[in-house]
Amino acid sequence: MSKVHMKKDELIEKEVKQARLFQNRRQFLSRLSIGIGSAALGSLLIPDLFSGGGADKEAMAGRLPHFAPKAKRVIYLFQSGGVSQLESFDPKPKLREMMGQDLPESIRGGQRLTGMTSGQASFPLVGSYYDFAQYGKSGAWVSDLFPYMGKVADDLCIIRSLHTDAINHDPAITFFQTGAQQGNRPSMGAWLSYGLGSDNQNLPAFCVLVSKGKGNGQGVYAKLWTNGFLDSVHQGVQFMGGPDPVLYLNNPPGTDKVSRRALLDKLAELNQLQFDAFGDPEISARVQQYEMAYRMQTSVPEVTDLSKEPDHIVKLYGADCLVPGTYAANCLLARKLSENGVRFVQLYHQGWDQHGNLPLEMAGQAKDVDQASAALVTDLKQRGLLDETLVIWGGEFGRTNYCQGKLEHNNYGRDHHPRCFSVWMAGGGIKPGMVYGETDEFGYNIVKNPVHIHDFHATILHQLGLDHEKLTYRHLGRRYRLTDVFGEVVKDILV
Amino acid sequence: MRRLLSPKWLTLIAVCLFVILLSGYFFTKSETTGLGGSMPLPPMVDYNFHIRPILSDKCFACHGPDHNSREADLRLDTEAGAYKALSKTAGMHAIVPGHPNQSEVYLRITSDDELLRMPPATSNLTLTNYEVKLIERWIRQGAEYKPHWAFIPPEKPEIPEVGRTDWPVNELDQFVLAKMKEMDFKPNPKAEKHHLLRRVCLDLTGLPPSEEQLDRFLADDSEEAYERMVDELLSSPAYGERMAMHWLDVARYADSYGYQDDDIRTQWPWRDWVIHAFNENMPYDEFVTWQLAGDMLPEATKEQILASAFNRNHKITEEGGVIEEEYRVAYAIDKTNTFSKGILGITMECAQCHDHKYDPFSQKNYFELYAFFNNSLEKGLEGLVNSGPSKTPRLTITQTDVENILQFINKGDDTSAVSVSVMGERDEARPTYILNRGLYDAPTERAYPGTPASILPFDSARFAPNRLGLAEWAFNEENPLTARVLVNQLWAMVFGRGLVPTVADFGNQGELPSHPELLDWLAADFRDNGWNIQRLLKQFVLSATYRQSSQVTKRHLQEDPENTYLARTKRLRLQAESIRDLALASSGLLNREIGGPSVKPYQPDGIWEVTSSGRGALTNYVQDHDGALYRRGMYVFIKLTVPPPNMLIFDASNRDVCEVTRQRTNTPLQALVMLNDPVILEASRVLSGRILKESSEAAPRQHIESAFRWILSREASEQELTLLETYHKAELKRFKESPAKAKAFLEVGEAPQEETLPVVEQAALMAVVHTLYNLEETITKI
Repeated sequence: MSKVHMKKDELIEKEVKQARLFQNRRQFLSRLSIGIGSAALGSLLIPDLFSGGGADKEAMAGRLPHFAPKAKRVIYLFQSGGVSQLESFDPKPKLREMMGQDLPESIRGGQRLTGMTSGQASFPLVGSYYDFAQYGKSGAWVSDLFPYMGKVADDLCIIRSLHTDAINHDPAITFFQTGAQQGNRPSMGAWLSYGLGSDNQNLPAFCVLVSKGKGNGQGVYAKLWTNGFLDSVHQGVQFMGGPDPVLYLNNPPGTDKVSRRALLDKLAELNQLQFDAFGDPEISARVQQYEMAYRMQTSVPEVTDLSKEPDHIVKLYGADCLVPGTYAANCLLARKLSENGVRFVQLYHQGWDQHGNLPLEMAGQAKDVDQASAALVTDLKQRGLLDETLVIWGGEFGRTNYCQGKLEHNNYGRDHHPRCFSVWMAGGGIKPGMVYGETDEFGYNIVKNPVHIHDFHATILHQLGLDHEKLTYRHLGRRYRLTDVFGEVVKDILV
Repeated sequence: MRRLLSPKWLTLIAVCLFVILLSGYFFTKSETTGLGGSMPLPPMVDYNFHIRPILSDKCFACHGPDHNSREADLRLDTEAGAYKALSKTAGMHAIVPGHPNQSEVYLRITSDDELLRMPPATSNLTLTNYEVKLIERWIRQGAEYKPHWAFIPPEKPEIPEVGRTDWPVNELDQFVLAKMKEMDFKPNPKAEKHHLLRRVCLDLTGLPPSEEQLDRFLADDSEEAYERMVDELLSSPAYGERMAMHWLDVARYADSYGYQDDDIRTQWPWRDWVIHAFNENMPYDEFVTWQLAGDMLPEATKEQILASAFNRNHKITEEGGVIEEEYRVAYAIDKTNTFSKGILGITMECAQCHDHKYDPFSQKNYFELYAFFNNSLEKGLEGLVNSGPSKTPRLTITQTDVENILQFINKGDDTSAVSVSVMGERDEARPTYILNRGLYDAPTERAYPGTPASILPFDSARFAPNRLGLAEWAFNEENPLTARVLVNQLWAMVFGRGLVPTVADFGNQGELPSHPELLDWLAADFRDNGWNIQRLLKQFVLSATYRQSSQVTKRHLQEDPENTYLARTKRLRLQAESIRDLALASSGLLNREIGGPSVKPYQPDGIWEVTSSGRGALTNYVQDHDGALYRRGMYVFIKLTVPPPNMLIFDASNRDVCEVTRQRTNTPLQALVMLNDPVILEASRVLSGRILKESSEAAPRQHIESAFRWILSREASEQELTLLETYHKAELKRFKESPAKAKAFLEVGEAPQEETLPVVEQAALMAVVHTLYNLEETITKI
């Protein structure tokens, strides 16, 4: 940056400061930028008796975080479609024994089924096509589909007792991401961006990475990373595997950094004339946003450039990690973003909806994600980052213990099952080498330590130093929370 | 309400506002003094303005309208509830008017004992000292309860005397000026003519003025020039488009079904009707009645039935295996919420699961309102992906219709029929039940069509118990909300902030109106003059208030940063669609075709593909070409699960649910769009080419002047020109040194490139034009 430019920056900075003194500080800051904009801190708020829109004071007055955080950042490896717990982390020998027999009504208990199997004449139980083995000191059971994850089992906390309210993909995944099945509520990452802001002023606080497996996919939706009613600076920014890692990031052909700098300088001078004439601090704020964009043009390609990763890292994640847009590449990118201070990195990997052809499809899916997921845990650990990074792996619901469609010797399908499923967490102050919760021998109902999605959310927020009952935002006359009016922190799994 | 409008009341609000602004000032200066430290209390404490906001926010959750969560059998939202003897503490009363120290409420909020103190620690709520003092004074002054202002029908108040005739143009200004005087604000001087023209063009048409309009208006010094221009704009077809931009948000319009596979649907003929209805200046009561119940009107026409598609714009599932009833209920809930938020300006959503905690709406009220929408012929799940672009009941629009009765529908050259999902009523009423926690499979007691009595009882002798009756109820002259809410929505659209800032919430938790009398006057006037929308907008834009300059003084920033007092015009960043429109219009690329199927202009590669399930017609983004690339922003295809990113970045609604206002943020991603979106770059290329072609002999300075005028609708200042000339020279030099870069820079967009133009010169001018598009002023309504 040239000297002349520095001076101008300082000038603008000074004006912004001046204006800020007189402005409604909350409004100004919340519009300012990704970095500062999310500083939802109490000391910046003024009392507003005509309050309504915007943040509310007591939520903020508590100072965020509410208490010392265990984790600083989250990487969420979302397995979209609904991974079968019965072929991954919750072995049920009983189902093999009873192969083909009807699900006892005493176990089903009249619970609702989806429209895809509710009409089936029978509900033949089906055991896992894949064997399970115990791994590590913890002796956690992991299926043969996930050998790499098995090797890091001592770093994982496997929760077998997650349950959800929704039985179909769209509402279930929306519920997982926003705490509500319907409606336009802020996503988990947006809540964290709002509550904690960003540690890196040159990168968004909430980044999204999407990949596709070959299995039956259900799509993901931009509304999953929505800011909802929060300020749009908290919206997830999608990173793409391609030449434009963030939409509209690249300068057009025929321009370069130098000419872009010249353009920005000219813009700043012209905008300054407007500011002189009108005195509106929004003008200076926009100049600042252009500067931030300019910095992003450097910081984003730096962080998304995977070509400089050493061989041992490439080997760790698997060769796919050099192919942009793959799950493995996204895992590696997630580590880099997280390492650079991004608060919440949300991955989605599609293709886990095995209504049929489960043995074959699930093998393909597992192959896509097993190595890289485990590599991420290992990599963070070797960098000393696992303690402060919470990694989460899992889908929106589980799958039924009975077969959907025709049960064949080596082929079957499973329908959606919201009443129990498995996810794992690693790092971020979660107990490693632990299996939590228990399902019945049919893998149908939870018999011990159920964890509802709201509890799960409360626990994630807790690890980041946030009290889920206090992280609120007032909108349309009501204080909203990620956890609605529910949720209990799952204390048993905390270090 | 009459009582509320007395001069005493007026003074009260003034004092109150003053106090608030003052407090804001203090706290900005010294943030550590704690809330409310030394703020002076208002001499007369008013229930509506001072006390209800506190009680509602801090107490009603447990001591309010929701009888299920009511603690200690105490309710503080009604006079009777607050004055009666406490059931838990013999001989005590929550509130004893005149005697704070005998009032349990006061004793408990000031108690040192943590176990006794209210609100309890577990609520995470606290009262500030200031709030405590207000409550104390209110009780001492008699603890007078008043009905919620928004539930009293608006009447025309007297127009305030302001003792000044040189400034006000119409009644609106009298109210605004009276308000300004309370704070000793003076109106800003008039905006410069070119600024005013650009402002009014953007407000009424969403487009900048044409060069011809600009020349004509600047040359016309007559008194009537401005009003003539306003009339011209109101009668231009672009007016209907601009108004539809607002209404499409309210109606959560989109081009896909919205769930999961998110296949295409064809609701666009309804959108064409909305544009048409605004351009016909259809009265608001009729406009909404047709949309709520067009299908139920006697001998309903196809047009009326088409209007009812409003209630089918919500998301519809095509996901295999869903439980049909769950979704059928979800659709009726969406309709109920859209009606209450979009038309009535209240948030009924809370009452879906439980009695409302802040407003006098019970869960029963919710399902009574829901009952109006629960008798539709539609199904929860009609078919899976690829089963067609409309759902039962549907309206088929044939070529003959388009040639005769529905001429406003733009089917282009396509002569095949198009079908739209519309409303249709079952013959036999489907019974409605209150759903416990709002769950489809938890019906409890029966509910019948009705409305909250606190707003206006649904008198079955006057209104039929169906959607048509509901529409009549909404437009009954005793309905306190409908007129106020629309007036406020449009006020927010034009002035940037509602007279009630919480545009979607006129309830207890909403903000109070800054100009209650003005709002009532406008609402009553609107209602009494045939719900005439153009008349209302004309009142807005002809006012002296509207015509002020947007210059901001230090005092404005200190004492009125939000422009509550309207002593200036607020600079407002254009909304997403208008930014696109501005680039296209000023470059000459804009295709003025109205209506028709939505279009798919340039979009970054891969964003549909990477998220799509792979099923349905919208798996891949198939970009359009030629004229379709240059349609207005409102015609850009909205796939609900992946809305156009450049629109979302500029705060466009994602159309998931009904929205009545948009945010106006300022982010780095917006800068990236303006700098790198091919729409802006192509406009820069085309405009530079056009200027060069039209005046090839002229000097660069004149080219720059000309571009400036196209984009900003004003002459550049000497200083601006000098800066831009310097930049132009540098770019010219850069491109001369590397003509390949010039050529590469010009290669953007599909609009034909004039091959005869000098490449280097055009690239340099294009760089200047691109800079102009990136000015803050360009995307701002000044």
